[in-house]
Amino acid sequence: MPSLKDLKNRIESVKSTRKITKAMQMVAAAKLRRAQEAAEEGRPYAERFSAVMAGLAASVGGNEAAPKLLTGTGSDQVHLLVVLTAERGLCGGFNSNIAKLARQKAAALTAEGKTVKILTVGKKGRDQLKRDWADSFVGHVDLTEIKRIGYANAQDIARDVLARFDAGEFDFATLFFSKFINVVSQDPTALQIIPAAFEAEDSDSAAFYEYEPGEEEILADLLPRGVATQIFSGLLENGASEQGARMSAMDNATRNAGDMIDKLTIEFNRSRQAVITNELIEIISGAEAL
Amino acid sequence: MADTMQFDLVSPERRLASMQVASVSIPGSEGDMTAMPDHMPMITTLRPGVLRIEGASGTEEYVVSGGFAEINATSASVLAEKAVPRGEVTREFLDALRQEAEAAHEAAEDTKKDLTAKTLADLAHLAETMV
Repeated sequence: MPSLKDLKNRIESVKSTRKITKAMQMVAAAKLRRAQEAAEEGRPYAERFSAVMAGLAASVGGNEAAPKLLTGTGSDQVHLLVVLTAERGLCGGFNSNIAKLARQKAAALTAEGKTVKILTVGKKGRDQLKRDWADSFVGHVDLTEIKRIGYANAQDIARDVLARFDAGEFDFATLFFSKFINVVSQDPTALQIIPAAFEAEDSDSAAFYEYEPGEEEILADLLPRGVATQIFSGLLENGASEQGARMSAMDNATRNAGDMIDKLTIEFNRSRQAVITNELIEIISGAEAL
Repeated sequence: MADTMQFDLVSPERRLASMQVASVSIPGSEGDMTAMPDHMPMITTLRPGVLRIEGASGTEEYVVSGGFAEINATSASVLAEKAVPRGEVTREFLDALRQEAEAAHEAAEDTKKDLTAKTLADLAHLAETMV
């Protein structure tokens, strides 16, 4: 049975924990709004881009001279997994879910006899994958210093990935990130970025277009940009998801702390009452003995 | 024939403009072109240059770099990797673009060398007209 003083100390400590989690929740809520806005602002570009690319890809795709970024290298031996995670923890299952998906994919590929290479973006994913897949790491991108993710960050990552592709280091690239659905649900997603897979929509409208310069040149110019665009929207979705996950995790933590305080307070009151009762019994029995 | 068409200018980070316009001058990689309503549907890549929009509220100018434009009879959309209103263009911005282009030119191999050289020249021209 803990003493009254112990209980009091515990209540105090849980109270200050609650203050911290509450503050973190509010900060996450404010950041979430900004991240969500950024994700929404970025959407028109990504959507238009893939619409045009889908049209182009459909008309050039069958061509033998089509760029490798679209058709692939003809082999599927080496896979690059680009794992986007957060730089910070305390956001529920956000980082673990992405890492888990990547781990499953890596295990499945290895079981098929393929080679897996991993490029991590964000410290947390690296930490979580380090135990089993440290040998597969080919690089890491640190975004700790960056407050607001810009397109330039995505371009840097894309440049790195494309340089590796040009050097023949891998055949397939898959992007892992968490899609933001709403505050309580984020969907870990694996998206193939190389060779480019555009959602096949009806390309009838695109067929009328006149291309300047030719279709192949435009495609060759746009495909690398497409990789950057996809990475950028992955980063934006991830940013919103991270804050959403943190917000709900901290909301839960705040609520748990409240429950804990209630429970401890009841225990505290009970033991105080027990002490008082004990003292009374002592006094009364002392008086009776006289 | 309609007098105006829908025009959108979007960069990866945000939508810069969305309005009804009478005409748009686009710095295409094969030469400048002006799109007006009922233009033939076409897609062109961009070179670094000035995009001029003639709208109801007067003329607006943006400096754009990288990306493409999609034009059809009722609308024109420009998807530019970098787009900045002309008034906000600074020497630093142009210098940054130029450094990037120079790095790309250094790294480029034989066939791409011409393209990157052209980008550099476009940038130099842009820098001159800006001053």
